[in-house]
Amino acid sequence: MKIATRESFGLALCELAKTHPEIVVLDADLAAATKTEIFKKAYPDRFFDCGIAEGNMIGVAAGLAACGKVPFAASFAMFATGRAYEQIRNSVGYPHLNVKIAGSHAGITVGEDGATHQCCEDLALMRTIPGMVVLNPADHYEMTEAVKAALAYNGPVYIRLGRLAIDTFNDPDTYKFELGKGITLKDGDDVTVIATGLVVNEALKAVKALESKGINARLINMHTIKPIDKDIIIKAAKETGKIITVEEHNIIGGLGEAVCSVTAEYCPVPVKRIGIEDIYGHSGPALGLLAEFGLDAEGLEKRITEIVK
Amino acid sequence: MDNKELLEMQKIACKVRIWTIEGVFHAKSGHPGGSLSAADMITYLYFKEMNVDPQNPKDPDRDRFVLSKGHCCPALYAALALKGYFSTDEIKVLRHIGAMLQGHPDMKGTPGIDMSSGSLGQGVSAACGMALAAKLDNKNYRVYTMLGDGECEEGQVWEAAMFASHMKLDNLCMIVDFNGLQIDGHVNDVAGLEPLDKKFEGFGFEVLKIDGNNFDEIEHALNKAKTVKGKPTVILANTVKGKGISYMENQVGWHGKAPNADEYKVALEELNEQLKILEG
Repeated sequence: MKIATRESFGLALCELAKTHPEIVVLDADLAAATKTEIFKKAYPDRFFDCGIAEGNMIGVAAGLAACGKVPFAASFAMFATGRAYEQIRNSVGYPHLNVKIAGSHAGITVGEDGATHQCCEDLALMRTIPGMVVLNPADHYEMTEAVKAALAYNGPVYIRLGRLAIDTFNDPDTYKFELGKGITLKDGDDVTVIATGLVVNEALKAVKALESKGINARLINMHTIKPIDKDIIIKAAKETGKIITVEEHNIIGGLGEAVCSVTAEYCPVPVKRIGIEDIYGHSGPALGLLAEFGLDAEGLEKRITEIVK
Repeated sequence: MDNKELLEMQKIACKVRIWTIEGVFHAKSGHPGGSLSAADMITYLYFKEMNVDPQNPKDPDRDRFVLSKGHCCPALYAALALKGYFSTDEIKVLRHIGAMLQGHPDMKGTPGIDMSSGSLGQGVSAACGMALAAKLDNKNYRVYTMLGDGECEEGQVWEAAMFASHMKLDNLCMIVDFNGLQIDGHVNDVAGLEPLDKKFEGFGFEVLKIDGNNFDEIEHALNKAKTVKGKPTVILANTVKGKGISYMENQVGWHGKAPNADEYKVALEELNEQLKILEG
């Protein structure tokens, strides 16, 4: 099944809203794109379009949360976390209010809209806010569970959503989401690849292909960027001796640096960060950009091979 | 209001000013000017207007107040302490390490504070969210938010104003403490703010203009606001920055500095003299 995580998010909200009357949803004139329109159609009285005014939207969400509601506020990752960064920091983070922020169209797979809309900094921005949980689910099933976990957590949460429809790879019958716990998708001893979000499935294909080349890589799906799963990283560092991180995000401030912080403090091993190398994206079809930036399965297979050798 | 009640309000406001000065002096920093201009309105809100109970500060049905001009919290802390939310002893360690009372309002740590604020423009949006929550829950509590005139230069104020009007938040009352001064000088020299009434009218607000240091006018406007249906109200309150202390009145320099020991002494002498007259 191919489905964008933004759509999974909209569907999950609708499902949870049935039993959680405290859920309300806010958007900033992008409901059709963030897929909060799915919720809007089902629960028009609990949906509020704030117009193209992201700073106010976050403040309104804070006020709603202060009165017992659980607002999910959505926009593109760029505007939700970039434009409204300080509103999130001061009106949501500081009072630790129960606001969930959803940033859609994250990363370069926004595609044709180009650099102004391709947010590769959202994880970095949200990581710096004390008490903020940062989630980056990798497929439909993971997103569904992540939204539930975000609701269960009493405090601010950022959830990253993708625009691009992607294959599901988790098994819905056995999949279990635990906030702050990475998931080992493949075991291996030669190297550990830690990936997050949309590129996890690409990394999975890459490490499987590498087996035939005699490289036995471990793969960890790190759906929670904060709090980062220290234990799984330390274990991987001890057992495989080197780590490669993969993210559709600037290599500054995101998963790569979160992993480096853990290894540097607890178990220093070489870490190579694969991601957007501190540059802006540009227009083009999403899959073409993923290949150009070396984040598709083929590109990752090549990079991992080079790094391991 | 009758003379007896007016006298009572004036006495409380004078005490709010005294504790404002105590706080800022002991903190050796803070914002006396805008606290003193707002003191009468904050007094009226907490001692006459709002349905609040210091014994039950989290009552879900209470009226809410968001001090969007959060730097003027010394006056709010004084009112809350006098109302019984916490001891006035807390005011003497305002802004100290480990103190409950922070330099700007902290809803997590301070009873009676309904929203953390201080980054200008943001409290107004939170107040909109609270007013919206009341509508959703069919509750009849009201939400008050006070902002500075200089604060109206923040774009977010107008995002919030558009939202409040669009959502018909008639349970929301914004109060602009129009003391005419901001850090860099007169508001209209720093950034052309006027005509502020026309701007709010254009955004769909009921606009009331009053003398914000006059209790009769404050009462009249807040009562009027409660009768307005289908749209939010803004009270543009002309005030005197530094009100009540001769050398601070209308002086831009008293926006954000504490009096030294001599100035503190003079301020308290003046305020205590006013209180003595009021107490007859």
